[in-house]
Amino acid sequence: MELTINHYLVLSAILFSIGTAGVLIRRTGIVILMSIELMLNAVNITLVAFSRYQQQVTGEILVFFVMAVAAAEAAVGLAILVVVYHHKKSVDVDEINSLRR
Amino acid sequence: MNFSEYAWLIVFSPFIGFLINGLVGRKFSEKTIGLIGSLASTLSFVISVLIFFQYSALSQKAPIQIDLFKWIVAGGINVSIGYQIDSLSLVMVLVVTGVGSLIHFYSIGYMHGEKGFARYFAYLNLFMFSMLNLVLGNNILLMFLGWEGVGLCSYLLIGYYYETDYAPTAGKKAFIVNRIGDFGFLIGIFLIIQNFGTLNFTELSTVVAKGTSVGNDTIFWITLMLFVGATGKSAQIPLYVWLPDAMAGPTPVSALIHAATMVTSGVYMIARLSFLYVLAPETMAIVAFVGGATALFAATIGTQQNDIKKVLAYSTVSQLGFMFMAVGVGAFTAGIFHLVTHAFFKALLFLGSGSIIYALHHEQDMRNMGGLRKKLPVTFFTFLMGTLAIAGTPFFSGFFSKDEILWKVFNYSSLLFWMGALAAMLTSFYMFRLVFMTFFGEMRYHEHGGHHVHESPAVMTVPLIILAVLSVFGGFMGIPHVLDVFHVGNYFEHFLSSSVKDSLPIVFGTKEEWGTMSLSVIIAIIGFTIAYVIYLKKKYVPGDDSTIKGYKKVIYNKYYVDEMYERTVISGTIRISKTVYEYFDKLVIDGIVNGVGKSIRRIGEGIRGTQTGLVRDYMLTMIIGVSIMLVYVLVNKFMMIRL
Repeated sequence: MELTINHYLVLSAILFSIGTAGVLIRRTGIVILMSIELMLNAVNITLVAFSRYQQQVTGEILVFFVMAVAAAEAAVGLAILVVVYHHKKSVDVDEINSLRR
Repeated sequence: MNFSEYAWLIVFSPFIGFLINGLVGRKFSEKTIGLIGSLASTLSFVISVLIFFQYSALSQKAPIQIDLFKWIVAGGINVSIGYQIDSLSLVMVLVVTGVGSLIHFYSIGYMHGEKGFARYFAYLNLFMFSMLNLVLGNNILLMFLGWEGVGLCSYLLIGYYYETDYAPTAGKKAFIVNRIGDFGFLIGIFLIIQNFGTLNFTELSTVVAKGTSVGNDTIFWITLMLFVGATGKSAQIPLYVWLPDAMAGPTPVSALIHAATMVTSGVYMIARLSFLYVLAPETMAIVAFVGGATALFAATIGTQQNDIKKVLAYSTVSQLGFMFMAVGVGAFTAGIFHLVTHAFFKALLFLGSGSIIYALHHEQDMRNMGGLRKKLPVTFFTFLMGTLAIAGTPFFSGFFSKDEILWKVFNYSSLLFWMGALAAMLTSFYMFRLVFMTFFGEMRYHEHGGHHVHESPAVMTVPLIILAVLSVFGGFMGIPHVLDVFHVGNYFEHFLSSSVKDSLPIVFGTKEEWGTMSLSVIIAIIGFTIAYVIYLKKKYVPGDDSTIKGYKKVIYNKYYVDEMYERTVISGTIRISKTVYEYFDKLVIDGIVNGVGKSIRRIGEGIRGTQTGLVRDYMLTMIIGVSIMLVYVLVNKFMMIRL
């Protein structure tokens, strides 16, 4: 069986959906961050697949940017979560709602 | 050297004085403040005297125009800050700066030790600045600027003793009553702009002289509306009520603003616009009869007042009535002449009363005076000169001017003449009543606590003496021709003729002129005799307010005019305001404002539910939004392909 672009796209779609579901369903901050990471990587797969398909390097370069941003985002997100944990002894995002009042 | 180039300094010298005393005056000593204020005013006087001599030497007395800069240029209207020097404005400037400077010097003595000495002199200089703009301005708008400026200064100076109850109230009353008149003045200005398209006096008179297409009705309304402004500023019926209350201010202020200068600006305005007024004989008749009625009405009130300044205040209202009577019948020169002599003797009388009040430590009730003749010799003598002048004693200044008015009025209407003659008799009566009650008889003032009554310092008595000289001899510049035995001519009328000419035809001859003259002398003597019998022979002193009965009570209470205004105009205004407040403000205005607020609040409350504070909800909303966008793009693409 030859691997076509469609296979990559379907895989990416599945991963993206899993990530989205994780963000929507889970309440733990760390897991939500992991789900977001999953979504970003799903996008990365799409970008690389298209890059290969089009025989162009732009998509792959964009992936580096996405990875860098994702790393930064994870670092900041985790740092925030650490502070929140210090404060509330929990990383449940439903409890982080003091701005609502 | 052409002094008229420095005419702007006449106006701005007091303004500089105002800035210095107003901004940094508090740091100076009384002497410095007083000198700055007085010298600023004296400088104006010196320049105007120099210009006067230069101008009167000219054979061709055309108005000199000094345009400083353009003020308002809008459409066809072009108004500049510019001054006009002609015989009329020169006469006014000389009176304003001359009498004004004397009063400045006098104030140094009178205001000694008062709180806010610098504030007083700053206001006084600001007043001079405004008044000089009023009389020198070459257009009606600049005149109006000065007009409002003097009103403001009048308000500020009436309310000078702002810690008392009555002074701020009196100031407000003056300001509000003046505003009513100024409303009419403004309408007059608007009508002039609409119909003539220019506000410049010379341009206006050229337009009128060429024969204007503007209808007589319009000119009637213009002149009448401007006269409404004059009734406010110059205290004529029905807007005279503020002037007696204005006596709450310091006495030199009463002398300067509320006797000699500001209150005469209505007369000046009519003389300045005489070329318009002569086209509206109906307005002229109204002016004349309002003046006559005011002269008589105020004189009757003056006969029963016991406050020395109140007597003088009603006397001022009455004398202003005389001036309006004169300009109303078309004897503009006589009106301005009386304005000048009145400025001399009324300033003198007010300053004299100030000297008395100063000596008696702010006692103003004549019932507590008496016998001051020996204690205050200079004040007494100068005051007597002023009284003789105002009462119309032959060859004193008031005699010439008042007699000329009565004679001119006699040529116009005999009813008006008799009103004036009666008012003149009352004038003589109340003035001698004042003199007898104050200076003669026993001394009713109780000296207490080592305060002895003594004559005022020289800085106060010297202005009194100068003004007394002017009051006695000032009339000789306008000698009526029947008395002109040496054929020197009527200098005043001759000088003024280059800018203002009488429009009144003289229908009677010399015999009648002698008749009115002797009648006015007889009348003055009658007034004097009545006062002499009651207040000197019988030594009558009015009792306390509660003992005043009958017609005297009505007059003493000023015919209850204030109470009537209170009941009708004032309470009416308050009632209308309350109704408007209740139904318009509260329902409509508040309804709109609160309605906007309420609806925004309601919208906010509706949207508020979406902010749950749950990250999941936001995420879901975002995903739904992105999905909708995606679907939209896809559907669009699909449709494009189909087409």
